[in-house]
Amino acid sequence: MSVQATVRSAPASPAAAPRIPWARRRGLSVGDVLSVAFLLLVLACILLPGVLAPFDPLAESPDHPLEAPSLGHPFGTDYIGRDVLSRVIHGSATTISGSVIAVILGLVVGSVLGLTSAYFGRAYDTAVSRVVDVLLSIPALLLAITIIVALGFGTVNAAIAVGVSSVAVFCRLMRSEVLTIKHQPFVEASEHLGANKIWLLGRHILPNAYSSVLSLAALQFGSAILSIAALSFLGYGAQPPNPEWGLLIAEGRNYIATAPWLVAFPSVVIILTVLSVGKLSQIVRKQVG
Amino acid sequence: MIVAQSLHIEYASEAPHLPAVQVVDDVSFQLERGQTLAVVGQSGSGKTTIARAAIGLLPSHGRISSGSVHILGRDVTGYGQKQWRDLRGGTIGFVPQDPLGSLDPLQRVGDQVAETLLVHGRATRRDVRSKVTRLLDRVGIRNPAERARSYPHQLSGGQLQRVLIAIAIAVDPAVLVADEPTSALDVTVQKRILDLLADLQEELGLGILFITHDLALVREHSDSVLVLNEGRVREAGAATEVLDHPKDPYTVTLMSDAPALSPGKYAGRHTGAGPSAAPLLEVRNLTKTFATGRRGKGQPSTVAALDSVSFSVASGSTHALVGESGSGKTTTARIIAGLSTFDSGEVFVDGRPLKTDPRSYRQNARVLQTVQQNPLAAMDPRYTISDVIEEPLRIAGSGDRASRHSAVRDVIDRVALPSDVLGRRPLEISGGQRQRVVLARALVLAPKILVLDEPTSALDVTVQAQIVDLLVDLQTQLGLTYLFISHDLSLVRQISDTVTVLEHGRLVESGSIAEVFGNPADPYTARLIDAVPGRIPLTV
Repeated sequence: MSVQATVRSAPASPAAAPRIPWARRRGLSVGDVLSVAFLLLVLACILLPGVLAPFDPLAESPDHPLEAPSLGHPFGTDYIGRDVLSRVIHGSATTISGSVIAVILGLVVGSVLGLTSAYFGRAYDTAVSRVVDVLLSIPALLLAITIIVALGFGTVNAAIAVGVSSVAVFCRLMRSEVLTIKHQPFVEASEHLGANKIWLLGRHILPNAYSSVLSLAALQFGSAILSIAALSFLGYGAQPPNPEWGLLIAEGRNYIATAPWLVAFPSVVIILTVLSVGKLSQIVRKQVG
Repeated sequence: MIVAQSLHIEYASEAPHLPAVQVVDDVSFQLERGQTLAVVGQSGSGKTTIARAAIGLLPSHGRISSGSVHILGRDVTGYGQKQWRDLRGGTIGFVPQDPLGSLDPLQRVGDQVAETLLVHGRATRRDVRSKVTRLLDRVGIRNPAERARSYPHQLSGGQLQRVLIAIAIAVDPAVLVADEPTSALDVTVQKRILDLLADLQEELGLGILFITHDLALVREHSDSVLVLNEGRVREAGAATEVLDHPKDPYTVTLMSDAPALSPGKYAGRHTGAGPSAAPLLEVRNLTKTFATGRRGKGQPSTVAALDSVSFSVASGSTHALVGESGSGKTTTARIIAGLSTFDSGEVFVDGRPLKTDPRSYRQNARVLQTVQQNPLAAMDPRYTISDVIEEPLRIAGSGDRASRHSAVRDVIDRVALPSDVLGRRPLEISGGQRQRVVLARALVLAPKILVLDEPTSALDVTVQAQIVDLLVDLQTQLGLTYLFISHDLSLVRQISDTVTVLEHGRLVESGSIAEVFGNPADPYTARLIDAVPGRIPLTV
């Protein structure tokens, strides 16, 4: 209890404090609030695309191709006159839902594998760890492509492929967290009182292990969006005319010199979404951990 | 040599608008050549702050707000780091507290000693090796040339502390500031290190500023003493004078709390059911070996952790297991608690042979409980105190929610904790409170035997005395039997009835406290008892 112990390790970051009282109370910065606001907007696009989008995303208007952004078409039109803004709004559902599926798949399967291999150990642990080593040595995108070629193209299969390729990362993290906690005296104390394995895993090990895995999930979410967009860009994921974000960029690639807005707007939306999710991960870490 | 006058030291608070925290309040002292001044106090008393201020190592948020420090006549109060660098090492040597943490784990120890010599220009690259060897030899390290090439993790605690002393005296300082130099060491090693410091003092004419929380060390190893409490001087004077005739009530309390200085504190208590009571715990020829890898030709090399250890503990009494690090006392405790297996021998708990398979844990828990050494690590940081204490009842499946909650409240009262602690988490309460919580958790199933593994080693002397009081009271009220593991022989002498001395797994001696302490049969025991500081010779 020396006085030196009262000094906290790192000062709070000097980010601007927002004027909204409830945000300031929770210690959120301006960037935090903007990120959450953007993600709420994306959520609205997912749930109510028909309400928010000014046009039908599939409505072709061959008389107005490749129009620059204007008041009528804030994001411009594409090569057959479809409104880009509406396509972005409608595409959010496909992209985001695919990412959610991918992350949940990776999180659940990876965590279960990591938890069991760390807790039960020995041969099982060795086997799982070697499989994870192999998975980690293959670049995630290549692995996803391999899986989707086996499963067949499409958005759901793209989500599954991305999910499977992220299992290894979650498994590794959960395993290392559990290994640290498994040997703590408080786990041994409960074991010594006669607690069975389910009690130890559910009441002591998992509650202390999940916080960093959860914040990894938020980070992986951003990475999953990019991966699904990449798969669609390459032609393995969503098929035209589905307005998935990666596909929008792929289609706009041909016109990049004359109509750069076809690539620019979907890219900016992807970047903002990934950054916001990253910010969300930090917020989750601060609140939960 | 060091003269401090009316020192006031404060630490700035984290928030700029809050006032600074006054840590040292009007402290004055003087350190003479060839003398040792001991600064004694508990955590938070300011003693470490004073030591650091004396060598200019206050952290960035600390400053001397008023008063002065003079070293060899020079006023160093306002010195900047550049001026301090000339003074430190050359005029003042510093021996820090934690040997393993104070040395670079990636550099050989010889190189770290050499660094000091080279930085102060006392050796050239050519002769530094021989100078380092001579220094290490001077501080009593055997095979100094070989040891110089070791890394810190390859040396023992005592050897590391000697290396730190070598670094401190390398440049012939006039003053040595030693911050709790022996608190992490075994008692026999401690004695040797302190003897070394005394020799060096005589040979080099050093003035030693000795920071410690252990009042018992003061009598044997210092000339004058300064007793601090909450940043203020409570008493100052010659060591023998202060210890024999303490004037300040705080000093008196400190002395009565220190086990070494009040050995007969619990002499009058009523213990156990008498000498004819049946042994509640019996250990016969307990042997355990650890395999430590293979040594050529596929022969597994083993370490005998326990070699045919036997003792018995009468119901209602306190039996102590003492020994230095590596003696096997923790291994024995774990085996008795049913946590480790053993290779041969017999253990009887309450008349029944001990079962060490995990299925018997629940059954064993009703008879024998362990009070862990590090209470903070022994509690789930996410649990509330109420959950922590209730857990044994939930696992045992006894009673319903209401009866469990009332049992928790009862046991909280017994360990003298306020009921508002129930809603808090382990990190939010103090060290003494955590120890009580772990004790409460051990008592909630009403066991007959408590295995106490160094229950007070992490605590201040005052808090330790309170916990020990509580343990003694509980034993009388509940008729508990204690198996008490400790390296603190003075504490053992205070509260135990019988004792077993272990050395490297073998049983050295076993018997009642009066026999073993008054008339030790084995020279190892005699050496252990001799090394205990502040020992007032027992009249046999």
